[in-house]
Amino acid sequence: MSVKQNIDKYPDVWRRFSPRETLMRYGWYLGVVFVVVWSISNLDIPWFYILDAHVQAKDLAIRMWPPDWDFVNQLVKPLIETIHIATLGTFVTILIAFPVAFLAARNTTFNAITWFVGRFILVGSRSVNTVVWGLLFVAIFGPGPVAGVWAIAFRSIGFMGKLVAEAIEEIDEGTVEAIEATGASRLQVLWMGILPQVLPVIYGTTVYRWDINIRESTVLGFVGAGGIGILLYSSINQFMWREVAVILITVFGVVIASEFISATVRQRIT
Amino acid sequence: MLEIIGLSKVYPTGTVALKEVSFTVADPQVVAIIGPSGAGKSTLIRCINRLVEPSAGKVMLDGIEVRSLNRRELRKMRRRMGMIFQEYNLVERLTVMENLLSGRLGYVGFWKTYRRKFPPQDVAAAFKLLDRVGLSGYQDTRADALSGGERQRVGISRALMQQPDLLLVDEPTASLDPKTSRQIMRLVVELAHERGTPALVNIHDVGLAQSFADRIIGLSAGQIVFDGTSQQVTAEVLTEIYGEEDWSTTIRKIEEDNDQDTQKGDSRHKDRITRETAAG
Ligand SMILES: Nc1ncnc2c1ncn2[C@@H]1O[C@H](COP(=O)(O)OP(=O)(O)OP(=O)(O)O)[C@@H](O)[C@H]1O
Ligand SMILES: [Mg+2]
Repeated sequence: MSVKQNIDKYPDVWRRFSPRETLMRYGWYLGVVFVVVWSISNLDIPWFYILDAHVQAKDLAIRMWPPDWDFVNQLVKPLIETIHIATLGTFVTILIAFPVAFLAARNTTFNAITWFVGRFILVGSRSVNTVVWGLLFVAIFGPGPVAGVWAIAFRSIGFMGKLVAEAIEEIDEGTVEAIEATGASRLQVLWMGILPQVLPVIYGTTVYRWDINIRESTVLGFVGAGGIGILLYSSINQFMWREVAVILITVFGVVIASEFISATVRQRIT
Repeated sequence: MLEIIGLSKVYPTGTVALKEVSFTVADPQVVAIIGPSGAGKSTLIRCINRLVEPSAGKVMLDGIEVRSLNRRELRKMRRRMGMIFQEYNLVERLTVMENLLSGRLGYVGFWKTYRRKFPPQDVAAAFKLLDRVGLSGYQDTRADALSGGERQRVGISRALMQQPDLLLVDEPTASLDPKTSRQIMRLVVELAHERGTPALVNIHDVGLAQSFADRIIGLSAGQIVFDGTSQQVTAEVLTEIYGEEDWSTTIRKIEEDNDQDTQKGDSRHKDRITRETAAG
C-alpha cells in the first residue's frame, strides 16, 4: 500500500528539455541549414568544373608519377632553411610573447592601459595570417629567410601569448601570496611564485607552436620569405608535377617528424 | 611586541569583517584565535602583514606602525613576519630546498634568486631546519610529491627561514588528520617557544587550542568576545563565541584531556575526533 502511495505522490514523467528548449534547438538546426544554403548560392560555384573534378584529379596523379627522386638533392638546402626559419621564429616569439603575456594577464599587468596594450598586441598578431605577415616583411627586409623568421614570430606571438596569459590568470594565488608574505620583490614573486606554475604551459605551447611553424614556413616561399616554398611555387608554375610530388612527400615527412617530436615532448612535461 | 589598536576591516562588498579589534601580545606566547567560520580570523591575521589592507586602526610591531609603511618599507616589515597557511601554499613545482630558501627572498637580490645562489649560512640554516622538522634528506624532493603533513612542515620551515619576530599561522591543521594535526601543532608551538617568537594561530579545533596555546582569543562576528587562558574556556564562553550548543561533552573531554596532558599520555588524540565534531 505504501508503494502505491509513493507512486501517486511522485511524478513518473521526467523530461531533460522543456518544450521551449526543444523548439529553440530546432530553430538552431534550421538556422545552420539556412546559412549553408545561403553561402552556396552566393559563391557562384562553377558546377561544370566540379563535375569532372575526379577526372582532373586522376590526371594530375598520373602526371605526378613517378616522382622525380633526383630532385631531392636540390631540396635538402631549402628544407633545412625552412626548419631554421621555424625554429628561429619560435625563439624570437618566446622573447616577445613572454613579457606580452604578463601584460595581457589581469593578475600580473600594471594597470588597465598596459592590459589593453597587451591584449591589443595579441589580437593584432593573431588576426593577420603568417603569409600576409610574410608579404609585409618581404617589403621591409627584402626577400629571403629574415622576412620569414619575422613573419613566423609575429603570427606566433598572439598564439603563445594568449595561452601563456590564460595560464598566468589561472595560477594558484595562494602561492603568490605566500611568496609576497616573505617580503619578496615584484620581480622575485614573478620568478619564484608565478613562473614555476606556468613553465609547463610555456614548454608545451613552445614545442606545439614550433611544430605548427614548420608547416607554416613551408608556404612562406610563395611570397618570397624563404624556405622550400620557393621551389614548390616555381615547380607548380612550370608544371613540373613529378618535382611537385617529391616536394610534397618530403614536406609530409618533415611535418610528421616534427609532430612526433612535439607530441613526445609535450607528453613528458609535468 | 605586537599591538593591535581599534583594527577594523570593511570589504568592498560591504562585509564588516573586523570591528575595533584591540589586543597586545607582549611576551613570546602562542595565542590561539578561535571563532566560528566567517568570524574574521583570517582577515585579522592578513591585516597584520597587509595581505589585506585594514580599513581603520593600528597594527604596531615593536613600535612600528605597519599601515603607514610604503611598499618598500612594507617588504622589509614582511621579512619580520613569517606566515603559515592552511593550504600550505608551497610552490608545487619547486623542490623542498627552493621552497625553504624562498623564505630568504627578502634578503637576496633578484640576480641571486635567478641563479638560485643563496648565501651559505642560509643553506646551512635550511638543512638544520629540515632536520629539526623531521624532513632531512627531502631537500631535492619536489613539493608536489609530499603528503599534507610533510608539506606543512615545509610551510613552517619556510616561515622560520625568515627568522621572524612574529609568526602568523592561519589554520595550520585544518586539512590534516587528527594525529598529524597534533604533531604539526606541537611543532609550531615548540619552535615558537624555542626561538622565543610570538605566534598568532587561527584554529577551529577548540581542544587543540586548549592543549597547546598559552592564551586564547575568541572572535565572533568581527569582535573579541573572549581573551584568557585555556582553563578559563567554559561552556558559557563557548556559547558566547559559537552560539548555543550542548557543550557538556566537549568540556568534559577537555578536562579529561588536560589531566592526560600533564601525564603526557600518548593516546590523547583518540577522543579528539568526537571533540572535533562537537567544536567544528
Ligand atoms: N576578499 C573578500 N571580499 C569580501 N568579503 C570577504 C573577503 N574575504 C572574507 N570576506 C568576508 O569577511 C568575513 C570574515 O572572513 P574571514 O575569512 O576572515 O573569516 P574566518 O574567521 O577566517 O572564517 P573561516 O573560519 O571559515 O576561515 C566573512 O563574512 C567573509 O565572507
Ligand atoms: Mg579563515
